[in-house]
Amino acid sequence: MSLYYLQKVLYELNRDPAVQQQYLEDVDSLLEKYSLSEEERLALIKPDIGLLYVLGVNGQILMHFAAFHKIEWDDYLQSMRDGVTAHGPVRAGVYAMTGGGDNFTKASEVKQESD
Amino acid sequence: MPLVYAGVCSHAPGITARAERADPVVRDEFYANLQIMSEDIKNSGAEALIVVGAEHFANFFMNNMPAFCIGMGEEYQGPIEDPEWLKIQPHKVPGTPDLSMRIISEVMQTVDTAFAEEWKFDHGIMVPLHFLTPEYDLPIIPVNINCQGPPLTPLHRAWEFGEALRRACDAVPEKVALVGTGGISHWPATPDSGKINEAWDREFLEKFKRNDKDAMLAYDDVETYNDAGQGGFEIRTFIAAAAAAKGATADVHFFAPIPIFAVGCTCARFNL
Repeated sequence: MSLYYLQKVLYELNRDPAVQQQYLEDVDSLLEKYSLSEEERLALIKPDIGLLYVLGVNGQILMHFAAFHKIEWDDYLQSMRDGVTAHGPVRAGVYAMTGGGDNFTKASEVKQESD
Repeated sequence: MPLVYAGVCSHAPGITARAERADPVVRDEFYANLQIMSEDIKNSGAEALIVVGAEHFANFFMNNMPAFCIGMGEEYQGPIEDPEWLKIQPHKVPGTPDLSMRIISEVMQTVDTAFAEEWKFDHGIMVPLHFLTPEYDLPIIPVNINCQGPPLTPLHRAWEFGEALRRACDAVPEKVALVGTGGISHWPATPDSGKINEAWDREFLEKFKRNDKDAMLAYDDVETYNDAGQGGFEIRTFIAAAAAAKGATADVHFFAPIPIFAVGCTCARFNL
């Protein structure tokens, strides 16, 4: 229902350090400004990347939000897969998962020391 | 003065953010070709660089989404992303408001573009600049085509916008270069990141190389979404650049799928 405002929170958060500061210091008062469902509000606070993805948040907006939370790239991708497993297919937008949860990078990657 | 350089390149954030995870041989050849583009732009004597990008909600959102926008700022800033994540440090990028004003005014004779004196660059412009103007010393005119928030800019309008940009560049005395930047097939920022339809890319690039307007404008967004992912919508930037090249053929001097960069990495120059 309120996907527009859910994405608008993230749009403003992604581009404005003052909004980022407010998110970190007083997230409740920040989110009061937007028309959000309780599910959306809690997903933003947690943050629940997988649920936000399934709710239809555009991946570009979500990618920046994950980076803001220092979520590593592989964990970000896995969070979205886990979200689909837990909540079902993406409900809106053009960023649906179409690859059956496969990993499309691992085969061609240089092995990392931490692996 | 006629456009002094026109080309296209990729801009995916992984190009800088996940550099160490790519096959170093392919990665370094890609970087070397971006360096060739940088040198070609420098050698063209360009006094300003138009970057026709496909931004990702750094400035434009569904509260007021323009089909087209051209920057007219004194300076710009980027990246909006966490610098440690993108591995590009914050920079101020010079604009050229007077030249922008004249170009916008001419474009508006045929295309209703929006304009903006404020613009925060995301990876869509910062990654190309990191390689093409690494000193951030060449004045930039950022340009955006809506490839993100449906309803998207129709392909034939992207073509007409490219033609208008070319007419505007030719009408000013300054030497202007133009780079279009987008993906071909890709599924960025989804769990399918790294999926690349190489056959689709190569077919598109054949049409692009011969600057086949009809073939490029025949793509359908539903088919593109199915075959090339939502990232495939960014062919609008290549199409606008092709139109700005006024029918000139292109030399694709690099193309290789690099999955950890999430895109078939491309560098091309038009034979103006």
